[in-house]
Amino acid sequence: MPPDNSPYLVILVLMVAAVLFALTPLALAWIWSKKFSPRKPGPDKNAIYECGLESKGDAWIPFKSEYYLYAIIFLIFDVETVFLLPFAVSFTGLSADAFISMIVFVFLLVLGLAWAWQKGVLTWK
Amino acid sequence: MIDESLKSELSKQGIFTLKLEELYNWGRKNSVWPLQFGLACCAIEMIATSMARYDLARFGAEVFRPSPRQADLMIVAGTVTKKMAPQVIRLYNQMPEPKYVIAMGACAISGGPFKQGYNVLKGIDRYIPVDVHIPGCPPRPEALLHAFMTLQKKIEQQSLTSEQRPRHLDVNAPSEFPVPRYGAHDLEPPNNPDVWQPPVATRTE
Repeated sequence: MPPDNSPYLVILVLMVAAVLFALTPLALAWIWSKKFSPRKPGPDKNAIYECGLESKGDAWIPFKSEYYLYAIIFLIFDVETVFLLPFAVSFTGLSADAFISMIVFVFLLVLGLAWAWQKGVLTWK
Repeated sequence: MIDESLKSELSKQGIFTLKLEELYNWGRKNSVWPLQFGLACCAIEMIATSMARYDLARFGAEVFRPSPRQADLMIVAGTVTKKMAPQVIRLYNQMPEPKYVIAMGACAISGGPFKQGYNVLKGIDRYIPVDVHIPGCPPRPEALLHAFMTLQKKIEQQSLTSEQRPRHLDVNAPSEFPVPRYGAHDLEPPNNPDVWQPPVATRTE
């Protein structure tokens, strides 16, 4: 098939040129580094930590979950405050439904707090 | 090898000829990235050098890297205590080759005013090879710039195949320098004998 019969041939040529354009500098840098930048590894150079100090112990240490529980409880009551403030502002104009649903919401949270308290989550060990 | 007279004749016409090695060194000397760390008051002058008034960026060295893996130049800016020395040497070991060291200020080159003390290293060149020493307490930013230009001249002259080639191209050169340990009274060893040896006083008649 003569080339002018295939309209996509030019795209193929450009694609090959683009790939070569990207790969040639990488290949040149690789060849240059083989010759003029030989690898010289060592225990310090291969160390993971890079602030000058030697790393001690294992990275896989058990993480204290207490802080996590504390943070979760804080977050819940933080969100509660967001609801409490408009509740307090429009307290006198509230319908009975709204009042009851808000009281249920606060009651659920207080129940959670009582549970956490009883579990001893709030005492920092 | 191009003839020198032909080279100068061509340069008059605006055609510059150079060896690949010269191009490489030209690129290297104009993109020296220092390691971002300071040890004492000299670091303030180093910061001043990198800021707009003195502008280290004119020499392509404004890119202070917080990781030794990306740095070419260690500016030992300040007092190296014996507590800190192993960390400095470990950081130097973690830098990729080719790497350079500027010892900035009286403390870094000799211990400075703390030389008689018990806890200060009497010059970082006892453990790692220093390329440029700058005296001063602290040296002015101009002095650091001058040291930097001196280092650039040195890099420019480091032919890749001659005797002055960078250390990593020498097969026998060490890849890392031993990190001293804390001993009972001093760092052990007190100096790296391959890098520095105490001067020997000789009596002349």
